[in-house]
Amino acid sequence: MASEQYTQENALLEVKELTKSFGDTKVLRGISFSLEKGEVLAIIGSSGSGKTTLLRCLNFLETADGGQILVGGTPVFDAEDASLLLPKNIRKNRLTFGLVFQNFQLFPQYTVLQNLTLAAVLSAKQNNPQYKTDKKTVLEEIDNHALDLLKRIGLAEKKDNYPCELSGGQQQRVAIARALMLTPAILCFDEPTSALDPELTKEVLRVIRDLKENGNTMVVVTHEMDFARDVADKVIFMAGGVIEESGTPTEVFSSPKSPLLRSFLSQ
Amino acid sequence: MYLLLSSETNQAADFLSVTAKLAGGFKTTLLLFFLTLLFAIPFGLLFACISRMRFKPLRYLMRAFIYVIRGTPLLLQLMIVVYLPGIALQKPITKWEIFHQNVPLAYFCGALFAFSLNYACYFAEIFRGGIENIPKGQYEACEVLGMTKTQTFFRVILLQVIRNIIAPMSNEVVTLVKDTALARTVSVIEIFFTASEILRLQFIIWPLFYTGAFYLLFSALLTLLFGILEKKLSRYWK
Repeated sequence: MASEQYTQENALLEVKELTKSFGDTKVLRGISFSLEKGEVLAIIGSSGSGKTTLLRCLNFLETADGGQILVGGTPVFDAEDASLLLPKNIRKNRLTFGLVFQNFQLFPQYTVLQNLTLAAVLSAKQNNPQYKTDKKTVLEEIDNHALDLLKRIGLAEKKDNYPCELSGGQQQRVAIARALMLTPAILCFDEPTSALDPELTKEVLRVIRDLKENGNTMVVVTHEMDFARDVADKVIFMAGGVIEESGTPTEVFSSPKSPLLRSFLSQ
Repeated sequence: MYLLLSSETNQAADFLSVTAKLAGGFKTTLLLFFLTLLFAIPFGLLFACISRMRFKPLRYLMRAFIYVIRGTPLLLQLMIVVYLPGIALQKPITKWEIFHQNVPLAYFCGALFAFSLNYACYFAEIFRGGIENIPKGQYEACEVLGMTKTQTFFRVILLQVIRNIIAPMSNEVVTLVKDTALARTVSVIEIFFTASEILRLQFIIWPLFYTGAFYLLFSALLTLLFGILEKKLSRYWK
């Protein structure tokens, strides 16, 4: 829904010269890339290369020191523009992005369905005027949306289970559905399968593949090279806080130019 | 109480009358117990917040205070709280106007103050641990879903903190039941004091041992209560 308001003229996501330091350590040294609507970007690189920090900057979990982030041509982050850093603007703009964590981070005290609906209900309470007059309809709509998403990830029958009763793969699929509840324009994944064994990894990757077929725009930080080769439209290889090499999966995986990338891929 | 005991000095202390007397003392024990919890829990929360503050001087002051309280005997703290202000002001607390010359009340309030302070410090450490044990990712998950800080705390974090602290809290609370016996050292007429008086005035020792039954019964009740609570919460966690 949210993604439809953006015109075709601009790339859906544009990141310009993003920089970030922690103390004296420069973690991002000027990251620029763009992504079209419906594309999947895979970010690869060894740990400490800055890929997770980049993802966290996109999701406003970290505030970049410099650079811009534009969605559909509209800046959602600009280090020079203090008004975009106001808490209320951050809260509004961050919903452009969804984030799926490495360790799922489902809320243990809520059922699967409640995990999906919690944020939506709280947001409707605050922002939807219809909530006061016709609470029942609003809640029903949210529930139905959640049930639709659960059907899509094949976990509709688990809606009343608690997260601890699910396998890791199922938990991660629920986490994906939870992120989709707020219809983000861009869905981000932070190593979504590194806490899972190979069997469970498959079912999560299948869901991500399915999302791509549905036209979702995604940014995936991953260690699954086969998956990146298979699903991504673009691959970025990061090293030492810069984009060392980028291109289509074929370019990056079949004819890597940078020696760093070559040694990374040969591991 | 004194009068009651002395007038009966020569009578045979049968089981029922001793039970009634001890029950009277146990009322004071329970009052001390519940009022201590009533004050120590909110103050523990406050202390926990202060000891997590970014403002370093206050944070270290709080932690130093907690260290001193946890590092010295409750018995000593009782003596200090009950007798030191009186010595410093050259007027014992039993003569302070706010206590209306009510000696038992003065001692009770002094003991309550010491107990509350002592337990607030223990609770503060439990609360601090309970809060700090929540994975950072839980806060971040709420953040990326656009939830406010208040919503995050009350809708997601609080119950997890309660779950984290339930076992150590149950420990402390049961310890408090038994610690109330220390109040007799500052003349609070609780159950143990009552039993000692029976021994002193009537030369009967068994009521002293009988107090154990009261403590046991009450501890069992609390253990049961915490068990139910823990079971309720464990439904969500493996």
